[in-house]
Amino acid sequence: MAAPNSAADFPSAALPLLRNVQLRDNVRHATDVIQRKRSRVVGEMPDWEMLRDSAQRIREHTMEYLADYLEQFEQNCTAAGGQVHWARNAEEANRIVIKLAQNATASVIKIKSMTTEEIGLNRALEAAGIQPVETDLAELIVQQSHDRPSHIVVPALHINRHQVRDLFARTMNLTQLTDRAEDLTEAARAYLRQKFLQTPVAISGANFLVAETGGVCIVESEGNGRMCLTLPRTLIAIAGIDKVVPRFRDLEVMLQILPRSATGERMNPYNSIWTGVHPGDGPQEFHIVLLDNRRTEILRDADARETLHCIRCGACQNACPVYLQTGGHAYNSVYAGPIGAILTPQLALMREGQSLPYASSLCGACYEVCPVKINIPEVLIHLRGRIVQQQPQLQRTFGLEAIAMRFAQWLFLSEARLRLAQWIGRMAQKLFIGNSGWIEKLPGMLGGWTRTRDLRPMPPQSFRAWFEKRSESSTVRNQGKYE
Amino acid sequence: MNDAIARTEILARIRSANAKPKTMSAVDDWKALPRQYRQQSTRDLASCISLLEDRLRDYGAGVHRSARGQVSAGIAAILRQRNSRQVLVPAEIDRRWLPQQFAFVTDTDLSHGELDACDGVLTGCSVAIAMTGTLGLCHADGLAPEQRAGRRALTLVPDYHLCVVESSSVVETVPQAFEALEPYKGQPVTFISGPSATADIEMTRIQGVHGPRVLDVLIVD
Ligand code: SF4
Repeated sequence: MAAPNSAADFPSAALPLLRNVQLRDNVRHATDVIQRKRSRVVGEMPDWEMLRDSAQRIREHTMEYLADYLEQFEQNCTAAGGQVHWARNAEEANRIVIKLAQNATASVIKIKSMTTEEIGLNRALEAAGIQPVETDLAELIVQQSHDRPSHIVVPALHINRHQVRDLFARTMNLTQLTDRAEDLTEAARAYLRQKFLQTPVAISGANFLVAETGGVCIVESEGNGRMCLTLPRTLIAIAGIDKVVPRFRDLEVMLQILPRSATGERMNPYNSIWTGVHPGDGPQEFHIVLLDNRRTEILRDADARETLHCIRCGACQNACPVYLQTGGHAYNSVYAGPIGAILTPQLALMREGQSLPYASSLCGACYEVCPVKINIPEVLIHLRGRIVQQQPQLQRTFGLEAIAMRFAQWLFLSEARLRLAQWIGRMAQKLFIGNSGWIEKLPGMLGGWTRTRDLRPMPPQSFRAWFEKRSESSTVRNQGKYE
Repeated sequence: MNDAIARTEILARIRSANAKPKTMSAVDDWKALPRQYRQQSTRDLASCISLLEDRLRDYGAGVHRSARGQVSAGIAAILRQRNSRQVLVPAEIDRRWLPQQFAFVTDTDLSHGELDACDGVLTGCSVAIAMTGTLGLCHADGLAPEQRAGRRALTLVPDYHLCVVESSSVVETVPQAFEALEPYKGQPVTFISGPSATADIEMTRIQGVHGPRVLDVLIVD
């Protein structure tokens, strides 16, 4: 099945990446390591499925009462000294942040945040003359090499340590730097230390917002997050409206499933929760921008709204056989892997990324690992349906694919026609079976299928033919093989 | 203001997407959410503590034990071993903990630079989670001095953290920790599980990035 064209569709974007052996090695190694750790720490939890059930229901419940919870969050955060802003789209969010930062600082320190990637905040800040400094090690690497993140949790998994060494040697002016991971980490620590102690404004995302208290929770490993949200005078957080949980207590579920799913740790090194402004402790000015950016549009689609339950753990990416082959960049989107395949087109109102719902074998591995039990394969199929629905009427009736489908329907409706078609297929395939015994290349439009896969030839005898023969003589009974 | 327009519009869009009439109020529906996962402990305190020790070691933290009444001697031994001289303490710390031979710097609104000049920091712990090897640090007024950890910057800027955990603050599960922190839920809380770490370069775990690179835990029976 071919998806409608969009700028750089998944198959074309994936092709050069598939030939990049280094990239595939890196992706495979990283996902292997996380997968192994994840299954160990998930396996030791006898109540894992119950946690998933609770997490799923908490997310579902939150979405049902989302407006109430956002109002509650706003009220409590404001009462605690925070300032709440609302942004309908990326431009509004960027404008709010720039206005807040502009008069206070020439540069801002940043905590890794998918949401700020989504709205292109760094570009907007630079255009406004404010220098954003990424402080997460991987984000720093990606930023300094003018690259794009390729994984939700380990954004630089496609870059190896030799490449990082060359990069840091250049950008930090460290000619003696070795390529040991310890030394590279130490270099980043030294480079960022003064920035943490002196920069007056920090920008963060948020993992969870707590409606009941007006609190914000950030989950991280390196301590760069704590630096950003503790030391500067002003903190600006940007969070999708989907990030809210009803009560403080709900974090006891989220903080159990997230680290085990994301990095395969029992708990990640640092979780911070704060509420507005705390006198004498941390930033004395706190802003939070609540971002819609098409999330309300997703909420409207009853069959796809569970997309909003995602807590961005990345487990579905590590489990996905397609992601494993291509890495994140083929998705041409901030969000890659199975979650990217459902989230990206919806965030673009189904006008871009239409090839992404097809970038899946529907094997279900993503659903299996998703800690909030998003049924990604079902959402994928639903979105494929929406993509076909939005094709022009003409194409839906007279397009090649539509005609082929109607022809197939006509074939399958009659036994005689099907038999005839199978006979023709068996004759014709002889021309295409290669030395390997597989069909490696088909002509014309059918070649689209064999471009990325080999095809098993049709067996010499159909099941129906075998079955008929079998009932003629009872002696074949126990040799139930069709050959 | 633009903000107000955006707010009204977003809330209206959510409400129209959720227009289907509800059978229950948000509060009742929340109360009915399934919570079959483990909440209570199944171990006695001694086995909780040994689990905590095990998990902490797994993260690369140093683990020490001390009898009640021997805390200050225990602290002195650890600090000597770590060669820490300028050690920061929150103003509310239990002064009986502090061994004589060391110069402690009490946090009186010190600047970031002054915090950075200290070798390490000594604090209490509000709640410790055995199952995950997690220390919950909070600084609320209602907490006992040995459960207080000072403002957040204290346990962040110095390169070394010695955390004293009273056995009465040890729980087994994450939900138990949230129950213990429930009265302080409006206060800042930091959960620490081992020293800071990264695996961003080729998935090699490196201990110690921006937070304290060395973490010692002294468990008091
Ligand atoms: S869809 Fe599920 S598995 Fe994938 S990132 Fe989101 S929460 Fe994690």
